[in-house]
Amino acid sequence: MGKVVVVTSGKGGVGKTTSSAALGAALAQNGDKVVVVDFDVGLRNLDLVMGAERRVVYDLVNVIQGEAKLSQALIRDKRVETLYLLPASQTRDKDNLTPEGVEKVIAALQNAFDWVICDSPAGIERGATLAMRHADIAIVVTNPEVSSVRDSDRIIGLLDSKTLKAENGERMEKHLLLTRYDPLRAERGDMLKVDDVLEILSIPLMGIIPESADVLRASNVGSPVTLADNRSAPALAYFDAARRLKGETLPITIPGEKRSFLGKIFGRKAA
Amino acid sequence: MNLFGFFSRSQSAPAARERLQVLLAHERASAGDSDLVTKLRDEILKAISKHMQIDDEKVKVTMERGAQVSTLAVDIEIPFDAKKAA
Ligand SMILES: Nc1ncnc2c1ncn2[C@@H]1O[C@H](COP(=O)(O)OP(=O)(O)OP(=O)(O)O)[C@@H](O)[C@H]1O
Ligand SMILES: [Mg+2]
Repeated sequence: MGKVVVVTSGKGGVGKTTSSAALGAALAQNGDKVVVVDFDVGLRNLDLVMGAERRVVYDLVNVIQGEAKLSQALIRDKRVETLYLLPASQTRDKDNLTPEGVEKVIAALQNAFDWVICDSPAGIERGATLAMRHADIAIVVTNPEVSSVRDSDRIIGLLDSKTLKAENGERMEKHLLLTRYDPLRAERGDMLKVDDVLEILSIPLMGIIPESADVLRASNVGSPVTLADNRSAPALAYFDAARRLKGETLPITIPGEKRSFLGKIFGRKAA
Repeated sequence: MNLFGFFSRSQSAPAARERLQVLLAHERASAGDSDLVTKLRDEILKAISKHMQIDDEKVKVTMERGAQVSTLAVDIEIPFDAKKAA
């Protein structure tokens, strides 16, 4: 049985789609069988970031509504043969996602893949709650900035109450992925410190992705950053994050600092 | 760029941290009861109107959330000729 991972944030534009593509590709580059599922129905973008926009025929909504078979909707990556994409619909809206439909699709994907990575839409509505519903592991994507941290806190609350795991009384495994980290602004003291964000959100850190033009370049050419330039700083950070997702313990270095720390485990203060 | 200004300018990240800590402590505690102030306002209004006629609009209930304690402020404008309720 594959692991279901939701990439979520509450706030929009923090790097969920970029991270879903990069982590999915990183895992697949290491030989794991991976499918990245776009839950942003109505505003799909994962196809573009992964360079598959011209190959989309059927999508998640078609599969849920029984208009296409899952195998017809899956798109295999041209560069990494164990990497697949299940696109979202561009023309229909989130109301077409039914809980039963999503459950069936996820169950089928879990049987065929090692990793099912769900790229959540922003917000806390239907699309976002359905994307997290079946997750075994949650990646909370956060920018070191007040509104993003607040929204992440809200999402962590939902992960601990509205998911199947939570309803069954199990603990949801959560990881913090700090993205768009700018060492210059951090040095000036105008960006929340890594320790501050960790202390406030109290979930373990799985990586710090620096703000970088390499991410933009990668999306311009339609390639996850780990494939576009596998030696770039953001790619290296995503490769390490993917290894931590697999359970490895690696020291985390803060971009622009020599200091590094070993994935501290924080117990979230009881709500 | 003025180097002196660069170094002497106060940092904004500590303020962000403080504000977040206070805000989130409250949001976590009150999840599910976000309209406490509205409820309080309604009940206060009811209690007062037992004794005098007042204008709905002239009752202001505000909450100031602090790190240790919060203050609930009730501001009621009572007209001179407020008639006693029957
Ligand atoms: N580390 C980074 N450095 C520079 N730019 C980045 C980085 N991460 C993301 N971006 C840029 O930020 C923008 C938003 O990223 P992305 O689409 O991944 O966010 P999202 O959370 O999926 O947004 P939405 O909530 O709209 O789905 C994109 O233009 C992306 O290229
Ligand atoms: Mg997105």
